[in-house]
Amino acid sequence: MSIFVDRDTRLLVQGITGREGSFHSRQMLEYGTAIVAGVTPGKGGQTFESRVPVFNTVDEAVRATGANVSVIYVPPMAAAAAVVEAADAGLPLVVCITEGIPVMHMSRTMPFVRGRGVRLIGPNCPGLIAPEARAKVGIIPGNICSPGRVGMVSRSGTLTYEVVNHLTRAGIGQSTCVGIGGDPIIGTNFIDCLRAFQNDPGTDAIVMIGEIGGTDEQNAAVFVREHVTKPVVGFIAGQTAPKGRRMGHAGAIISGSSGTAEEKLAAFEAAGIGIMRRPADVVDLLRSRM
Amino acid sequence: MNLHEYQARTLLKAAGIPMFEGDVASTPTEAEAIARRIGGTVVVKAQVHAGGRGKAGGVKLARNPAEAMDEAAQILGMTIKGLTVHKVLVVPAAEIVTESYVGLIMDREAQCPVFMVSAAGGVDIEEVAAKTPEKIVRLPVDPTYGLFPHQALRLAFVLYRDFTQVKAAARIMEQLYAAFVNNGASLAEINPLVTAPDGRVLALDAKVVIDDNELFWRPDLGVLRDDSAEEPSEAAARRANLSFIKLDGNVGCVVNGAGLAMATMDLVKYYGGEPANFLDIGGSSSPEKVINALKIITADPHVKAILFNIFGGITRTDDVANGIVAATRQFKVDVPIVIRLTGTNEVEAIRILEGVGMRALSDMDQAVQQVVQLARGAA
Repeated sequence: MSIFVDRDTRLLVQGITGREGSFHSRQMLEYGTAIVAGVTPGKGGQTFESRVPVFNTVDEAVRATGANVSVIYVPPMAAAAAVVEAADAGLPLVVCITEGIPVMHMSRTMPFVRGRGVRLIGPNCPGLIAPEARAKVGIIPGNICSPGRVGMVSRSGTLTYEVVNHLTRAGIGQSTCVGIGGDPIIGTNFIDCLRAFQNDPGTDAIVMIGEIGGTDEQNAAVFVREHVTKPVVGFIAGQTAPKGRRMGHAGAIISGSSGTAEEKLAAFEAAGIGIMRRPADVVDLLRSRM
Repeated sequence: MNLHEYQARTLLKAAGIPMFEGDVASTPTEAEAIARRIGGTVVVKAQVHAGGRGKAGGVKLARNPAEAMDEAAQILGMTIKGLTVHKVLVVPAAEIVTESYVGLIMDREAQCPVFMVSAAGGVDIEEVAAKTPEKIVRLPVDPTYGLFPHQALRLAFVLYRDFTQVKAAARIMEQLYAAFVNNGASLAEINPLVTAPDGRVLALDAKVVIDDNELFWRPDLGVLRDDSAEEPSEAAARRANLSFIKLDGNVGCVVNGAGLAMATMDLVKYYGGEPANFLDIGGSSSPEKVINALKIITADPHVKAILFNIFGGITRTDDVANGIVAATRQFKVDVPIVIRLTGTNEVEAIRILEGVGMRALSDMDQAVQQVVQLARGAA
């Protein structure tokens, strides 16, 4: 079992003919994901990799193929509009990989997305992957994942791969790995994923990978204390980061007292979340708690 | 991107926000001319991206144009927190009756711009926020509609009783919101908003931070960037499209991905070392990026050993290996390099490195322990 995506996922790729979109669509197809449609305005009628029909609009693609999830590889300036188009077409789940979207674009987009009852994952995220269902939506390398019963939720990309790799090598498989993204405004947060993992019968334990900046991890810790009965272990990146400096992710800014690593680790501790001092700790820590 | 005070003033002034006159000078003579134009006592303020300018001697009072010239001569060229002062702002030492705080910030939790207004302005607003948060009124703005007139009035009534002043302050709220949106800001702040003895409401000091993601399609804002106000290595990194922050340690780090880069720094510290930098080469890395990264890191004389930590996803590890080989052919790297790479095309990457007698590790902990030891041995 898994969260957000499964065997019934029928994926649509926005920006399928672009450089990033075509590269990752091939990877997703290779992994076994059911890509049923692509969208690139002006390229409707083409066929991608001689098997995926390309449409001009998301609406047209959804009506023709019954797609139920969209993944977006559209350049930053058009990405928020692509999210709106997907939400407007009635897709219940939209995953936006694009990095570099102006925050104001997302601020204007979120009320619309929420109004349509759509779950947005990202932007500026690696997407998600459910190994058992062979559903890869985004850019997480399939070869480092393995089917199993640990749920992963993370704000970063390559750091997620690092931790997943430790799990897989130790023989601990994953139900779903979700990268929620590093931007200040994102559609799905830690709590949304924790709730889904708690309710997922296919998940026995949860790994949470956070970062400095913001209060998402602290809020998540409170949620864990009150609502999560499954074991949770966590990591916070940026423990040695200097205050007030931007560390690549727009979200990872420490301002004032809110968002430091110490504050987040204290919140984890208070919620009974097992604290990983290093990425490699994930294996022993999980084993001691499962 | 942080703007200088004088640049922020220009943007807010263009939005119609009333301000005391004042101008920016690059030489003592220019400062004198501005002081003469303003007349009376002026304040000469260093334009650097650093807090605590006053304590560092970067803000001085001058009673006449001659003094303004002297003070400017002292301040121009001085170093505040490692940054050289190239410009000073000259403004009147205005008499003021009240000071308040008006800030507008893109709030991640509310997912929209949020006004923060407090009658307790002029002093350290962070202290007010920490000690007496009830003195700050917060108001989220739905960007679909913008700031409604009644919201602007509500904010203004927090600061003023007199209705003429309330209307003036409300207009400033609207102008500040417009400046925030039109300039792609993530922060726009008036601190303090003051009342002059004649009752006028004016902005005394301004701070604006532009969302870096806006700069791509807003070249008009990009020109406001002041390269000389940055750490030189950070400016060079930005021009090479690398995300880089200089730190004080001696272990140079080249990593792909911001989260992994932070975790690498943490691990260096965990094993007793000190990172010399944060560096994220980004997702789709070309050999060129690796060469630039190595150039920037080796330029720091404190660096005693360099660690590559690459987890190939979109990043092809063979690209990184080619970059390392090309860089060491282009220029001499005097410090030891420890390479950890795993993921996409790692077999090819290892072959490339072994071709020139280099080794690659696959375990992050092992690589970090090794580089920390090498840096310590060299120090």
